[in-house]
Order: sequence, then structure tokens, then C-alpha cells
Amino acid sequence: MLRLENVHSFYGRIQALRGINLHVDSGEIVAMIGANGAGKSTTLMTICGQPRARSGRVLFDGDDITHVPTFQIIRSGLSHSPEGRRIFPRMTVLENLQMGAVASDPAHFNDDLGLVFDLFPILGERQQQRGGTLSGGEQQMLAIARALMSHPRLLLLDEPSLGLGPMLVKQIFDVIGQINQDRGVTILLVEQNAHQSLLLAHRAYVLANGEIILHGTGDELLADPEVRNAYLGGGN
Amino acid sequence: MAYFIQQLVNGLTLGSIYGLIAIGYTMVYGIIGMINFAHGEIYMIGAFLSILAFTMLGVTGVTWMPLALIMVLLVAIVFTSAYGWAVERIAYRPLRGSQRLAALISAIGMSLALQNYVLLTQGAGVKTLQPIIRGGVILYATGNFTVILSYIQIFIILLTILLMAIFATLIARTALGRAQRACEQDRGMATLLGINVDRTISLTFIMGAMLAAVAGMLVTMYYGVIDFFMGFIAGLKAFTAAVLGGIGSLPGAMLGGMLLGLVEAFWAGYFSVEYKDVASFGILVLVLIFLPSGLLGRPDVEKV
Ligand SMILES: Nc1ncnc2c1ncn2[C@@H]1O[C@H](COP(=O)(O)OP(=O)(O)OP(=O)(O)O)[C@@H](O)[C@H]1O
Ligand SMILES: [Mg+2]
Repeated sequence: MLRLENVHSFYGRIQALRGINLHVDSGEIVAMIGANGAGKSTTLMTICGQPRARSGRVLFDGDDITHVPTFQIIRSGLSHSPEGRRIFPRMTVLENLQMGAVASDPAHFNDDLGLVFDLFPILGERQQQRGGTLSGGEQQMLAIARALMSHPRLLLLDEPSLGLGPMLVKQIFDVIGQINQDRGVTILLVEQNAHQSLLLAHRAYVLANGEIILHGTGDELLADPEVRNAYLGGGN
Repeated sequence: MAYFIQQLVNGLTLGSIYGLIAIGYTMVYGIIGMINFAHGEIYMIGAFLSILAFTMLGVTGVTWMPLALIMVLLVAIVFTSAYGWAVERIAYRPLRGSQRLAALISAIGMSLALQNYVLLTQGAGVKTLQPIIRGGVILYATGNFTVILSYIQIFIILLTILLMAIFATLIARTALGRAQRACEQDRGMATLLGINVDRTISLTFIMGAMLAAVAGMLVTMYYGVIDFFMGFIAGLKAFTAAVLGGIGSLPGAMLGGMLLGLVEAFWAGYFSVEYKDVASFGILVLVLIFLPSGLLGRPDVEKV
């Protein structure tokens, strides 16, 4: 469904990605883990064309989208909940969700709204509250819900559990599993929470310094001594 | 008292025109964070287009006034919007992402180019229009003074209120308005949701130009005299109105326009006509010093 071939990305003169090769198949949850600054967020943003890959190719459903305008990539069925939530602060919860539905058929709007309110009932109760006044956890739910409103086939999630308490982290991971299983959404997940994301994911990639240094199934990586030392805090 | 009411009416009329132009400044500022320095020229072009349209209608013999007004309004709006769109394509879009100073200079260049274009094609002299809407209602008459609310003033104020209500609804309730507000708050995120940001910015320039065109038409009908340089001062005044109301805020632009119109009318009525521009720009300076975010603007600290 998604394939990156030898992708290099830069911010000005700073090179952030050094030849990324990865693929995500339909129906999978694929995790990407790595230290701070490894290039995880850049990988997701490069898929959306911000920044553009300076060399290499990004393929979505077999089509080369390396040079397609970002808004058109999104309209072709890919959705990205980027780092830092990026809720529109002076728009209501409902308006934020309406913005999420820009790329999808208006006829689906009410059904999709019902589905995200089922996943996150609190959002249903807070429809008229301004995004900027939601708590961090509520904002995170809104960010995921907004990304779902476009009816994506492929969902990119950048650190959905960042800054949340253990209860909410568990809830978010449950929801990610649910979206994948019940709605058939393919997911590429970037997480600091390596242990839980490896448990959830079918496959995973480990990034360091803009390169993929390891990949395998979630279980393989969980058992890998190198991964255990570097990303899972040694023991457990 | 009678004199006071007369100045009030005059001020609201003038304020309507400033408010209509100010909305263009405030909307464009909201979405790209820059002042459209060519906006005064867009208003001036709207005025010229309406005089041309009135003249053409006179030639073709359309005499039923409501039809004539609607046709002139349409012609002015359509062609002025095209100019507003072109300003964005030529002066702003190629420089998107480069330094603000570069876009500012190119917009000033655009403003001079438009002024000279009209100067060359229409001449340096004034153009005049016979009053289209005559007469008025006498509100009251005391001794040697009568307060007149002319029909053209009623027309200007009502049309302005109607347009402002339409625009406020558009921004608050429609998909386009939401897209504009989203681009204002986080342009990158709007793109990531599938918004065509370039198109949204183009439409914002077009909407601002539409209202400037209406203002141009109304001022032509009100004063009956226009020239190629009229956009400069009016642009500065409307910019002052936008800053006074809080740049980026739509209700602010309306309020700022009205207040500025009233200040000018009362200043001219009670102090001196010569110094009314000084009063306006004095306000601009005071607001910039003491209330930089304007009456209804939000302080920048809230910016996320
Ligand atoms: N806008 C930017 N301009 C310049 N450099 C950037 C920019 N964004 C990221 N970088 C650099 O690119 C590299 C990769 O950053 P990226 O955000 O992709 O890392 P990450 O793996 O997501 O890290 P984290 O876990 O901290 O979110 C870092 O060295 C970072 O400093
Ligand atoms: Mg990151």
C-alpha cells in the first residue's frame, strides 16, 4: 500500500533522512521507533510531501506521489495526525472535525462523526468547546478523531500517546487496535512508547540518524537484545 | 443637536465605506500575515469600473434604476475581483516562503503599477458622475438648520450592513470560511487535512476585492468625483480602521471603519475640515502605541 524507496530528505542543508526503504501492506499496523531526532516525524512528513524527498520515491497504492501536492496526497486516502496534535485552537471541537472531513465525501459526514464519537465519547459531549481549551488528552483524542474523519485507508500517527497518563495511553492503544481491526484502516505508527507499540504492531522499523537500522515483526524486535537495551530500558 | 445628528449620519456613511475596504485588509492579513499594500488601488479600480459601467449603461439607455445599480455592481465586482486575484498571483504567491520584506516591496510595486496603469489609461484628471440617487428624508428642521438623511446615505448604510452580515455568516458557517480560519491558525495543518491553501488564499483576495469594489462604487455615487490617486488616502484610512478594530478581526474592521468615519465627520464638523486626515492618522499612531492589538483583536500572546 505504501512504499518508500531510498528516500533522502533535507531541511535546508541539514540532512534528516539518508535513504529510507520501508513498506506498509494493506491491513497492517507498522510501528517506527527510534531515539529523539532519528527522523521518525520527518519520515511521516516526507510521505505527505513536507518536506519533499530530495531523492528516492514515495509510492502510495502503486502511484508515485513523490511530487504530488500535499493536499492531493491527502485527498487520495491518506491521513496524517502529525507531531504536536496541532488542533485549531480557536475552532470548536465540531469545527476541527469538520476540517478533518474536508477530503472526504460530505455524504459520509454524519456516519463518520458518529463513529468517532463512539470511539471518544468525551468529544461528543464537548462539541462546542474550543480546541485550545481542551486538556492535553482530549486534544490528542481530537487529533486522532480528526484524522479519521477523512475516511483514510492509510493513517499516519505521530506519537499519539505523548504526554498522556497510563490510563489514557492504554485507551489510545486500544483505539488504534480497534481502528485497524474493525475499520480495516492500515496504520503507520511512530511512538516513543516502544514496548506497547511493538506489542501492538505486526511489524516495526528502528530508525537511527535518518537510517533504518533494524526491522522485523513486533515480537522479533521485542526479543532483540539490541532493541531491549536501547529502546526498552534494558530489562523487562 | 440637529447638527450633531447630521454629522452622525455623515460619519456612519463614511464609516461604511471605510469598513468595506478595511475588511479586505483584515482578511488578507489574517490569512497571510501581511498587509496588502495594493488594496487601496483595488478600491480605486472599483470606482473607475463603476463609472465606466454607469457611462455604458447611459449609452445603452438602461434607465430603470434598480437594474442599473445591480448591473454596475456586478460589473465592478467581477472585474475588480480579477484585479485582486492578479495582485495575489503576481505580487504575493511567487514570494510565498521568502522574506516578508520581499513581499512587502513587491506589493508596493504592484500598488504603484496599478496607479500608473489607471493614470495612463484614464488620464490624470478627475472623472465625474451625475448623482444617480437624489433626494432624501428630512429628519427634522429647526429654524435655520435641517437634518437630511439622503437616500444615497440610506442606500450606502443598508448595503454595507447587508454585505457585512453576509460575510460574517460566510466566515462563521461555510466550508470556505472554516478553511480560511484554519489557514489563519495553522496553514501547514490545513494542508495536511486536504485544504488547497493556494486556492483559499486566492479566494480571500477575491473576497476582499469584491467589498472594495462595492466601496468604490458607493463612493463614486456619493461624491461623484474620482481620480487615479484616490486609493492612496482611502487605503491608509481603511488600514487605520482595520488596525483600530484589531487587524485580523472581521467585526473589528467593521467597528474600526464606523468609528473612524464618525471621528472624521465630527472633527470636520466641529473643528476643521482641513485637519480631518490628521485626526485619522493621529488615531492610527495612538492605537499603534497604546493598543497595538486593536479594540477587538486578540493579543499576540494567545497565538498558538
Ligand atoms: N523544521 C526543521 N528544520 C531543521 N531541522 C529539522 C526540522 N525538523 C526536524 N529537523 C531535524 O531533523 C532531524 C530529524 O527530526 P525528526 O523530527 O524527524 O526526529 P524524530 O525522530 O521525530 O524525533 P522525536 O522523537 O524527538 O520526535 C533532527 O535532527 C531535527 O533536528
Ligand atoms: Mg518526532
